[in-house]
Amino acid sequence: MSILDADFMRLAFATGAIVGLLAPAVGFFLVQRRMSLIGDGIGHAAFAGVAAGYLLGVSPVATALAASVLAAVGIEWLRSRKGAAGDQALALVFYTGIAAGVVLVSAAGALNANLFAFLFGSILTVTKSDLALVASLGIAGLALVGVLYRGLVAVSLDPEGAHVSGLPVAFLNIVLAGLAGVTIAVSMRVVGILLIAALMVLPVIAAGRIAWSIRSTFLLAMGIGLLSVLAGLTVSYYADLAPGGAIVLLAAAVTLGAMVVRAAATR
Amino acid sequence: MQLAVSLRDVSFAYPGGPAILSDVDLDVPSGEFVGIAGPNGGGKTTLVRLALGLERPQSGEALLYGQPAHRFADRVRLGYLAQRTMLGIDAPVTVGELVAAGRVPRRGLARPFGLQDRSAVRSAIERVGLADRADSPIQRLSGGQQQRAYIAKALAGEPDLLVLDEPTAGVDADSQESFAALLEELHLELGATILYVSHEFGAVERYVQRLVLVRGGIAFEGPPWALPPPWHDPSHVHP
Repeated sequence: MSILDADFMRLAFATGAIVGLLAPAVGFFLVQRRMSLIGDGIGHAAFAGVAAGYLLGVSPVATALAASVLAAVGIEWLRSRKGAAGDQALALVFYTGIAAGVVLVSAAGALNANLFAFLFGSILTVTKSDLALVASLGIAGLALVGVLYRGLVAVSLDPEGAHVSGLPVAFLNIVLAGLAGVTIAVSMRVVGILLIAALMVLPVIAAGRIAWSIRSTFLLAMGIGLLSVLAGLTVSYYADLAPGGAIVLLAAAVTLGAMVVRAAATR
Repeated sequence: MQLAVSLRDVSFAYPGGPAILSDVDLDVPSGEFVGIAGPNGGGKTTLVRLALGLERPQSGEALLYGQPAHRFADRVRLGYLAQRTMLGIDAPVTVGELVAAGRVPRRGLARPFGLQDRSAVRSAIERVGLADRADSPIQRLSGGQQQRAYIAKALAGEPDLLVLDEPTAGVDADSQESFAALLEELHLELGATILYVSHEFGAVERYVQRLVLVRGGIAFEGPPWALPPPWHDPSHVHP
């Protein structure tokens, strides 16, 4: 029996492919701004969102999406107002998110297998409606990154110079934060809240070691993200492993390999 | 003649700190090449940041082309190379990509590059003599070549006012000299207003039309040849 004969695997591959492209595309700009850990902070806010969904009896994905976007925009707002340094803003959202999640989960009595599916991913249980949500938000996110690519690059390269010359730097930062929130929310089912930041960061680090330009880094990162998801799913299917963990371990292996190649090339 | 920059009785201090600049009056007509010199900590960078609207004066007013600088709307007319500008990203960046980033404000945020934009980017790279390095990662260029690439980035936006803050810091003397000659060439060809900030001023002294020495205020303003002898090395300004 082929791996693609099973309906659940076809859904998993389709969902995973979108997330595998979207997460590094958004993560690229976060890594370049040295905000690699923002995904973790938003992920913990997403956990609170999932818990709120259980408590309110509405879709946990919808509440996680709202919580993620709010948290991401909140971090950017705190950072830009200089009310807190970037890492302090992140710490505030990080700990508030996890604490709110614990309180809401206990209030909802939802400490069960469904919750673990969000924490560690459950791509093999993705439904057609899940795929429709991931596809619509994922493709919209990728299209937005494509349209704003040059502006996001210009702001990443030289934020002050971009501001002086009239680029709307604050607007672009908020859009990027919102994209990070959406990416976290739609990626929860693939690798889980605890691991999603890895899929946003590791492919970008790997690509940066072997690429020769901004564009090649960006495209290679998306390629590595896609490859990690597809290969991780395949390995997990045949070896009966947890897909989320397998995907991230593969991405980590590619990153280590790229670092070794780079070190050998520059020796 | 239209004034590109106008500072009227401007004073400035950072919150809780001593006065950085007091009672500064400075007019820069369009098309002038002005050198701004003075000792470290004398307020040169603050002065250009006020002129660009990046800081707001505590008293007085800063105008860009007649509008309050912090509310100046037509910012695509401005090009700025900040002090100690470094790449804000870790990924390899080619000269072409860096220079193209300087074209984005002129083109507009979401509009794809057209032929005119590509031509402006190519032309800016050629002007600074890096045409054969357009596809090279900037991290592999010498300090002098990197500064040229940053200038090309500012030029790609076809600015009317180009502000360069210590553009040759850390660059060897030969590169400083060729850099100064390049600026003179750009000034003559493009007719842009140039504000050139440096504490090591020898390289451009013979090219600028006016020299402004800043030390908490304006200590001298006039043609470089009129500079009093004790001040000829502006990194060691004496009263």
